[in-house]
Formats: sequence, C-alpha cells, structure tokens
Amino acid sequence: MSLRKFVYSPAKLNRRTFLKAAALTSSAAAFSACVSKETREAFLQKDFRSLSKDEIAEVLKRLEAQYTQKYGKSFSVSAKDPIPDTFFGYALDISRCIGCRKCVYACVEENNQSRDPQIHYIQVLEMEKEKGVDFMHADMYYDHEEVPHEGHFYLPVACQQCKNPPCVKGCPVGATWTEPDGIVVVDYDWCIGCRTCMAACPYDARQFNWGKPYLPAENANPDTHFLGNRPRDKGVVEKCTFCIQRVREGRYPACVEICPVGARKFGNLLDKDSEIRYILENKRVLILKEELNTQPKFYYFYGT
Amino acid sequence: MIKFGSKLSLIIQGSAFLLFCLLLVSGYQAVASNEKLQQPTGKEQSDIQIPPPPLSEGIFPCTECHADIEINNERRELEDFHDDIVLKHDEENRWCMDCHDTNNRDMLHTASGELISFTESYKLCGQCHGPKLRDWEKGIHGRRTGEWNRRKEYLLCAHCHDPHSPRYKKMKPEPAPKKPGKIK
Repeated sequence: MSLRKFVYSPAKLNRRTFLKAAALTSSAAAFSACVSKETREAFLQKDFRSLSKDEIAEVLKRLEAQYTQKYGKSFSVSAKDPIPDTFFGYALDISRCIGCRKCVYACVEENNQSRDPQIHYIQVLEMEKEKGVDFMHADMYYDHEEVPHEGHFYLPVACQQCKNPPCVKGCPVGATWTEPDGIVVVDYDWCIGCRTCMAACPYDARQFNWGKPYLPAENANPDTHFLGNRPRDKGVVEKCTFCIQRVREGRYPACVEICPVGARKFGNLLDKDSEIRYILENKRVLILKEELNTQPKFYYFYGT
Repeated sequence: MIKFGSKLSLIIQGSAFLLFCLLLVSGYQAVASNEKLQQPTGKEQSDIQIPPPPLSEGIFPCTECHADIEINNERRELEDFHDDIVLKHDEENRWCMDCHDTNNRDMLHTASGELISFTESYKLCGQCHGPKLRDWEKGIHGRRTGEWNRRKEYLLCAHCHDPHSPRYKKMKPEPAPKKPGKIK
C-alpha cells in the first residue's frame, strides 16, 4: 500500500477533508475566543522537556502570577538546572531513627502537599526488632505516648530515587523521568493521572491527588521549583524530589535538617569526600527490595 | 641452597613488611596529630560551624561562684547546689571531677589532665567514645544543617546528649497519618 494515501494533498480536497478542516478551524476559533489567554496557554503547554528556554521563562511567569493570585503572596517558580557533576544519594541510619515523624511533617510544609486529603511522601514504618525488616508486620499508623517503643525500630520509606525506576518505565506519556542529577521528577502539567507509575513502584512512594488539594495560604511555601514543590492540581501524581528546590541551591533537604537524631544523610555520590560516600564505603548498608533491581540511590545503614 | 635462598627471601620480605608497617603507623600518627576537627571532610575550616555549648542560662562562668568556695575533693552527693544533676553516665566509676577541672572550674579536662574548654567538649567525650567521635568528624553521627556542598553546621555532643545522662530522651511522636477513607 502506498503511503501517498496519508499525505495531505490540496489537489485531493474532497468532501471529507473539507469538513474536517472546517470543523477544526471553527473549533479553534471558538477556543481562542471563549477562553482567557492564560487558559489557552496552559492548555497548549508542551511537556517540560520539549520546552525551549524562552518558553520555560513564559510558563514560569504565568505560573508565578497564577499562584501569587491564588495564595495572596508572592510566589517564585524556578526551573533551575542541575548543578554539574552532581548525582544525589541519600542514606538513613536505621539504628538512629526513633520514629518521631518530624521528617514527615517538615516535608509536607516544605513541599506544599495537600493537607486534606492528606498527602505524605514519607511513611515511617514501625517494625519489631525480633522480626527485622519485614514489611508483612510493619505498622505505619502506630500511635504511642513516647517513641521509640520498646522492642521496635523504625524504617521511614519515601521515594528511593531508583537508577532503574519502574515508575518511569510505566508512564505512558513520558510525564516522569530522571534528571541528570539523579532526581526522578514529575511534570504535573503533563501527567494524565493514570497511576500506572504508582502501580509500578514497589515502595508505595508515589501519591495521587484523589481530591482537590487543600493548601491553606498561610501554610504555602512560596519558594518553589517547577519539577518540585509548586502547588499541584487534582488528578496528578506527586512524589519526593529530594527537595529539588533546595538541593539545587546547595541546601540539605528539609527532612535532613529537621531530623532530631541526625539519622538522615544527603550528598553527592560523585564527591569522594562526601558524607554519603563515607557511609557507602565504611558502614553496613541495606537496600530495600534489592532483588527487584530498581537500584535505589536511597540507602539504609547501621551507624553503630 | 634452594632452601637457604627461600629463607633469605622470606627474611627480606618480612623485614620489608615490618618497615612498611612502621611507616604506615608513623604516617598515620602524623596525620592524626595534624588533623583539625573543624575540617572533617578536608574542606575549608570556615565551612564548618559549631554553635556555642548548651550551658544552662546564667551558670557560666563557673568561677563566679566557685572562686569563693573551698575546694572539696571528696566524692559525695551534692545537696546545696547542682542537686538537680543526676549522674547516669557510668556513675559507679566516675563523678564530677573526672571531667570538670578542680582548679579551673571554667574548663574541662581529659584523663591526661589536659584542659579543654566547653566549646571543645567533643574531645573529652571522644576519649571513651572514639568510633562515635570519628563518625561525628566525618559527618555521619549527629545532625548536619546548612549546605551539602559548602557551609555546614555541626552540633556538639552535648546539644543532643545531656553529658550527665547521655541516653537520647524519648519523645512524643507527631500524629499518625490518616487512614485512607472517604475523600472529599
């Protein structure tokens, strides 16, 4: 069969193609006339990786204006590029963590998650010392007067920032990918909300906005990144980004800074003097569900 | 002859190995004595900042009161002052003056008698807790804030561990996440 059939040719203008063109033209005209410039631009916005520098600048400007108006305070949305020669890694000392959940709420405040319905990136699992790391008997809803609870230890789980991420492979539209500095990100404007990535993730690290996110204006963090903590809409997936808005500025992620026992360690895997490299070279390191070959850049270790 | 030769080579190898070990040890000592605690990862000294020690308000300088008090080196239970301090830190074998200096109350001292200020108390702790001190220097033990690639803020041991009762205190956890339910 010849390909010519599919090539548009003005000479072959028949009734069908004429009607198609007419319908398209009129609906395009209606679309331009009926909706605001911002809505039109948002609707036609391409996926982040296809945008040119100028287009990104325009998108950021539009988003800043939109958020500033919505939350009544000045928002900044950055699209800061990765720092050259960085590949981020994270380590968590299981022998230190006391399960206080301070990281969970510091993360929510930093990353503008919905307060209701509640979205948490970090799930702190309580496990029995006798059983070891055993997901079958883990409890994330523990509620004690004081922690650590006798005979238990704690294993906080968030995105493992896999080098071989099943979520990225699962996404049918390319709305999630790994950045050059190793952070797995989501383009919230390109996500279609199919939740394939969530089904693919073996760590339950991705969260879905089932309802309209409720973020009180006074709690909104106005320093945002396009691929990180900018406010999300209903129907999109979100996840931990190592606080991309902070780490690309050189700062530690929010959970690292809040941890009262200093169990959380973060750094550049390519820097041989970094804390993270010291841990990998000198401590007993555990990788969650290593057998799945997801190759996380999130390591658990025993500091004692 | 063959036997003798192998013995000779063994001796040569052995002595070379010994020499190597000696070199290693002396090299390590040189490194250890030159190493500054403020440069745990080989970065600039200004990169590491340590906040002042967490002394109770109004308690320092100690000499303000102790200058007029007669020195009593007898091991005893305190009654008039500092009676709120309950020593739970190898208390069977130690007491106040094992760390605090008798003659200079504003200082601490190591087992060898070297005076140490409160801002460097980690040297004192490190006498017994060597591996912890090493991890702390490397940035593995204890909390770090600031920047992962530049300026970092460390904490002294005493910021998290009460030196008189060092076990990390239990705390109330933040609320548990809501169980999945009806979403508005």
